[in-house]
Amino acid sequence: MNQKTLSGVLLDEQVELSLSELSYACCSSAEWIIELVDEGGLEVISHKRHKSQNTPWRFSADSLLKAQTARRLQRDLNINLAGVVLVLDLLQQIEQLESELSILKNTNI
Amino acid sequence: MDFKDYYEVIGVKKAATQAEIKRAYKKLARKYHPDVSKQSNAEVRFKELGEAYEVLKDPEKRAAYDQLGKNWKAGQDFNPPPDWDEGFEFNGGGFTGGNDGDYSDFFESLFGHGFQQGFQHGGQNQSQQHQRAYQARGEDHHAKVFIDLEDAYQGGTRSITLQSPEIDNRGNVINKQRILNVKIPKGVKQGQHIRLSGQGSAGMGSAPAGDLYLEIEFNPHSIYRVQGHDVYLDVPVTPWEAALGAKINVPTPMGSVDLKIAEDTPNGRKMRLKSKGIPGATPGDLYVVIQITLPPANSEKARELYKTMQQDLSYNPRSKLGV
Repeated sequence: MNQKTLSGVLLDEQVELSLSELSYACCSSAEWIIELVDEGGLEVISHKRHKSQNTPWRFSADSLLKAQTARRLQRDLNINLAGVVLVLDLLQQIEQLESELSILKNTNI
Repeated sequence: MDFKDYYEVIGVKKAATQAEIKRAYKKLARKYHPDVSKQSNAEVRFKELGEAYEVLKDPEKRAAYDQLGKNWKAGQDFNPPPDWDEGFEFNGGGFTGGNDGDYSDFFESLFGHGFQQGFQHGGQNQSQQHQRAYQARGEDHHAKVFIDLEDAYQGGTRSITLQSPEIDNRGNVINKQRILNVKIPKGVKQGQHIRLSGQGSAGMGSAPAGDLYLEIEFNPHSIYRVQGHDVYLDVPVTPWEAALGAKINVPTPMGSVDLKIAEDTPNGRKMRLKSKGIPGATPGDLYVVIQITLPPANSEKARELYKTMQQDLSYNPRSKLGV
């Protein structure tokens, strides 16, 4: 089969999203994203150059994956937002511990 | 089509109360939620659970299913008798959403597929479902793409095969295979995602298609280990290289380099080769971990040399242990 090669966007630390892009990608309302930020589940990127209070919010690509996970957890398991944020934090801790563990296991062969 | 034992899926007895079914379902749903569970079959299990609960939580559907289930065992080849649901009344709007493709053929042969409101794992929240319904953007898809460490250094192209259930003209669910060639950008790291817009499911009506998210996963490498953007490499050295110092040749994914070993280098020492890790705006480092290996005493000459060391060197590696 003849196939052309697709190039996507690598969601790394260089990628930034606006509030509306983020809510669109999560199929959520902007209000839901704002709630998630207020709950401490997402960090808004602070640009030190802009000191004004009215700078539109920007989010890292990392926030996109977090928000999507939050959305699924809330929908599938009926958890409230505070609970979802706690789950996200704990999942991140587990991931970090597992990655450190795998390095330790490998070096002690 | 195989008969599905929904009681077995949820792990309850046929006589279980609605409350018991709910509790058992909730417990397993938390355990197998694809965002929480590390098990490779979690997503399949989770969907099965959602489907089983969809039937058993609704007393009408449960009664109809029970009526049917008397004569069947899980895994048996199954075709619903034509009048199996006689005498039972389902209210049409009672299904919590769900994409057709998310339920098994077995489910659909019984309860039909008249619910196309968009993607829902098996959830239960009506208000959110309505929110999804009017947006009707195509479903996002998630998949993993396995790459080699070398691809992260140089960039490359990977061909991936995706299985996605789709509905054909006659309303049947068919598993469609799709092959995509995807460009892997230089500098990707484990766990990062690539978003391919418009490569998810088609939208409803004129709404746009969903996106495809590809999670990067490295194939295990025979000599390198990766953590974030740093790369680790164990390098064996001889006792005399470690003791006297040496210049040795070590491989890196960017080609081999010369590395200077200092005198009296201990076993396990980590040496950093700056910016030889995964490239990027802030490139990672390559860590060389020194592993001193002993030559075997398998010849007369070797044994003689070890004996000379034994006699001429006063070295007690256990001095700190007080013996």
